[in-house]
Amino acid sequence: MSTVLPYLLSGISVGGQYALIAIGYTMVYGILRLINFAHGDVFMVAGILMVYLNATGLPLYVTLPLTMVITVIIGFLIERVAYKPLRNAPRMSIMISAIGVSYFLQNMVLYVTGGLNKVYPTIPWISQSVNVFGATTRMVTLITPVLTLILVVLLVLLINHTKVGMAMRAVSKDFETSQLMGVKINSVISTTFVIGSFLAAVGSILYFTNYNTVIQTSGAMPGLKAFVAAVFGGIGSIPGAVVGAFIIGICENLIKGLDLILLKAGVIRQTLDLTTFSDAFTFALLIVILIVKPTGLFGEKTTDKV
Amino acid sequence: MKKLFALLLTLALLLSSAALAENVVKIGVFEPASGDSGAGGKQEMLGMQYANYLAPTVEIGGEEYTVELVYADNASSTDKAPSAAQQLVSAGVSLVLGSYGSGVSIAGSPYFEDAGIPAIGVTCTNPAVTEGNTHYFRICFLDPFQGTVLANYAYNELGARTAYCLAELGNDYDVGLAYYFQQAFEALGGTVISENFPTGNADFTSYLSTATAMNAEVFFAPCSLAYTTQIVDQAAAQAVTFPLLGSDTWDSNVIINAASGKDVKIYITTFYQEGASPEFDQGIKDWMNANPEMLTNNGGNDMVSAVTAMGYDAYFVALEALKAAGTTDPAAVNEALWNVTYEGVSGAISFNEIGDANRDSAFIKTANTADNCWEFVTVQTVE
Amino acid sequence: MQKGWTVSQKKRPDAATWIAAGIILAVYVAVFVLEQIIPPTTMLFTVLKKGATYALVAVSMNLLNGFTGLFSLGQAGFMLIGAYVYAIFSMSSEVRDRVYQYFDCAIGITLPVIPAILLAGLVAAAFAFLIGLPVLRLKSDYLAIATLGFAEIIRAVFQWKKLGPVTNGSNMLKDYPTFNDFNIVNAEGKVVLYLSTLVPFLIAGVCIAAIVLLINSTYGRSFKAIRDDEVAAEAMGINLARHKQLAFCISSFFAGVGGAMLAMFTNTIQAKSFTSAMTYEILLIVVIGGIGSVTGSCIGSFLFVACSEWWLRFLDQKQYIGTWEVPLLRNGFRLVVFSVIIMVVVLFYRQGLMGMRELPDLFRKKKRSAKPGKEAAQ
Repeated sequence: MSTVLPYLLSGISVGGQYALIAIGYTMVYGILRLINFAHGDVFMVAGILMVYLNATGLPLYVTLPLTMVITVIIGFLIERVAYKPLRNAPRMSIMISAIGVSYFLQNMVLYVTGGLNKVYPTIPWISQSVNVFGATTRMVTLITPVLTLILVVLLVLLINHTKVGMAMRAVSKDFETSQLMGVKINSVISTTFVIGSFLAAVGSILYFTNYNTVIQTSGAMPGLKAFVAAVFGGIGSIPGAVVGAFIIGICENLIKGLDLILLKAGVIRQTLDLTTFSDAFTFALLIVILIVKPTGLFGEKTTDKV
Repeated sequence: MKKLFALLLTLALLLSSAALAENVVKIGVFEPASGDSGAGGKQEMLGMQYANYLAPTVEIGGEEYTVELVYADNASSTDKAPSAAQQLVSAGVSLVLGSYGSGVSIAGSPYFEDAGIPAIGVTCTNPAVTEGNTHYFRICFLDPFQGTVLANYAYNELGARTAYCLAELGNDYDVGLAYYFQQAFEALGGTVISENFPTGNADFTSYLSTATAMNAEVFFAPCSLAYTTQIVDQAAAQAVTFPLLGSDTWDSNVIINAASGKDVKIYITTFYQEGASPEFDQGIKDWMNANPEMLTNNGGNDMVSAVTAMGYDAYFVALEALKAAGTTDPAAVNEALWNVTYEGVSGAISFNEIGDANRDSAFIKTANTADNCWEFVTVQTVE
Repeated sequence: MQKGWTVSQKKRPDAATWIAAGIILAVYVAVFVLEQIIPPTTMLFTVLKKGATYALVAVSMNLLNGFTGLFSLGQAGFMLIGAYVYAIFSMSSEVRDRVYQYFDCAIGITLPVIPAILLAGLVAAAFAFLIGLPVLRLKSDYLAIATLGFAEIIRAVFQWKKLGPVTNGSNMLKDYPTFNDFNIVNAEGKVVLYLSTLVPFLIAGVCIAAIVLLINSTYGRSFKAIRDDEVAAEAMGINLARHKQLAFCISSFFAGVGGAMLAMFTNTIQAKSFTSAMTYEILLIVVIGGIGSVTGSCIGSFLFVACSEWWLRFLDQKQYIGTWEVPLLRNGFRLVVFSVIIMVVVLFYRQGLMGMRELPDLFRKKKRSAKPGKEAAQ
């Protein structure tokens, strides 16, 4: 157990951060049927914003909320500029537009930072070291899953018990009909992007406090993994995305320690360099689930209409 | 239409470069200004820029030439390096300095070779850079040497018997050093656990956990600055008990900033110890303090990194070669380089039959996290 | 850039087809002549070589995305396989020890260049066949993400240390025959005939011609039927699984050949550079050129490469007009401008440069190219 524990801790922590990103993917996909490839980059931009805002010397209680607000505005603008004009275009066009936005955001950050790693500011208390059953880790590792769960519960309450939430559910069930029923599609979609970007900003604060450098490509891998988590859990389902994200985060870290675990268990004699597959394993998991259960763990069954 | 345009543009470029060719010698600076090694590359460039500031002209074949540094950013990545190399080649440089990082040097090398342009590696330590060609030279020591020095130090001085070795996948610099370290450490009788992480990885906590669980007594991570800073930070957060062992990339104020005030032990090997040449140190500090942009490129303070000293020496080696060649023709410069000798701030420089510098000593330093500086430990030599 | 076919849907080729063929021939002649008279170090040839390579890969991607309607994002993975197979098997045995720095090379044979390129394509196609069995059942977005995932898995496998004796682990492969080795050299080592740009044009030309012939065959019409309406196509008796698998394998074959060409262009290859960003780049080329137009993909790739490697380079350096320093220009600005251009194309010129038209269509009367896409694409 003591062998596995540090990996579990890392896994749970990173899983919670993936979960916060994955919710953005899953909500957007649920409503627009769009893989928002730019979402991982919004997450990265939030990290960069924090770096630059902090450099101005403003106190944390100003910079933290300000980062979130600006990130939310960016998310909102992306939808208005890059996705809204393509609402009636083929699915592939809008997905390509998302790739274009991701390319733009990365290059913009490359330009602003000069392509160098930026050190993320230290946020007191949550970046402190704590000891958990003999394994030393940061406070943020413990906070992440708790905070993630609180936010998810709030979100589920919002979706199930408010008017906006009802509109969201209606739109994701049937885009055209809900429009006919008087749901203001555009504001519902904007709300979705606002919520997604907000959670990405929270995720970015937790993530970059743990792994403290930001560069333009920082968002790509976490973004992709969060998307995989969303598909894994059943795209469109918020609890699914969260469960998927934790599974992926934990698996990924266990793979990094698998050599050691197998060695200790006496299964293998020498290391197999399985750490090479820590990223690839996520995708292998995805392909298996897509083939065995294409709708993911909690996804709803859909039928093709001719 | 496009072809015609392309042709016209090419002709225009040719004409304009022909017009400018009078008494200007171009030296290509093939360094990463962005990406994982961007911070290190900028520090190495600083040395060249400072040297260029001190010696902006050179006498070649009895005529005074102005030296123009032509920059190309290889973005620390082997897939961007070819186009950066091509950029230098089409700019018509006489020789090339760089790069920081072995992989990009190897990737750019064939382009220089095809164009007949010699290159001087500044801090690319992988043997493969100069092996099997006659145009690539280098002024630093090599991985087998550095790996052995570090292994000896870890085994004999730090008393480690189990070492954990972490390298970035597909980074020639990392993988090479880790390999030679492992060879040397195992030859001494120690055990090495060697692991790799994929490019872009941010989460080193699991690797550190593995090292702890394996009872490693030293953690060797010869990686790019972008990763080493995170390793230092996360190692401190996990309160690891083993010292971190680093290679020449670590010798930078970036690491000192990351380790500042934290409870970590760091030992590194390097080419140059600040204070070895007080005149150079003072000169470059004054120059950086007078140029805010340069100070930013150095990471915000005026601490002199070893790579800066190396860049400075490389520039003067290049000037020596140009003088000896008596012409700006790359082929002649290439010939001349074999016999160049130069007394640099980092020591005497001369090349052997492979094109590598004859060097037999490395400095070992440790990080003082209270006063934020590097402290000299010892000079290690290997026979 | 090159459309080698002269047979069109009608029994005899019309004037427009002949004009198109003439243009293509003229391009080849121009490339050959330019190479002899302009110094080989100019950026022009870099752009032409890389452009030809990307043109082939973009057309192979277009075959899937534009003509068969399969949204695949696995191109970088198949290019990686092609590049590695080519490099490993074409490397001469003398250099192997030097390249395989830390491993004992397990490969003992050296193939000539052309068989090595073909083998590169075949191995990529074989992988595609295996991957296609499970994933081609998936629909649009799921297929895209699954193929993207496979490309990542392939990348990790090729980097695995345990495969080091074959793949050299995660380390670089180099010193295999490259485009420059096609230049004809006399006894003193001086180049007498430059072919290093013409050869990639020829390889890409032959491959693209083959793809065009395929598109204009019965198979090609079935692919388009699947793209336009899968259910209807199935009802018409088209075997969906078989045709999708076929398109996927053929596309991967040419992506593999393109990978081999990329290896020849870059002189050194390494698994870590074949990331999903590379696939996105190719996808953007296809979009800029026009999804469903072979001509568009070719022109798009040359434009894309020329802009990113050459024409926009000045944006990365400080520029002066007189004594006035142009603001904003510094490292990275080129990419910002470039991505803005791409966004504009994606948002406002959704058809791309060519829409679904091909080169001969440009010389035909309006009414023909105004017909629905299926007709015009031929």
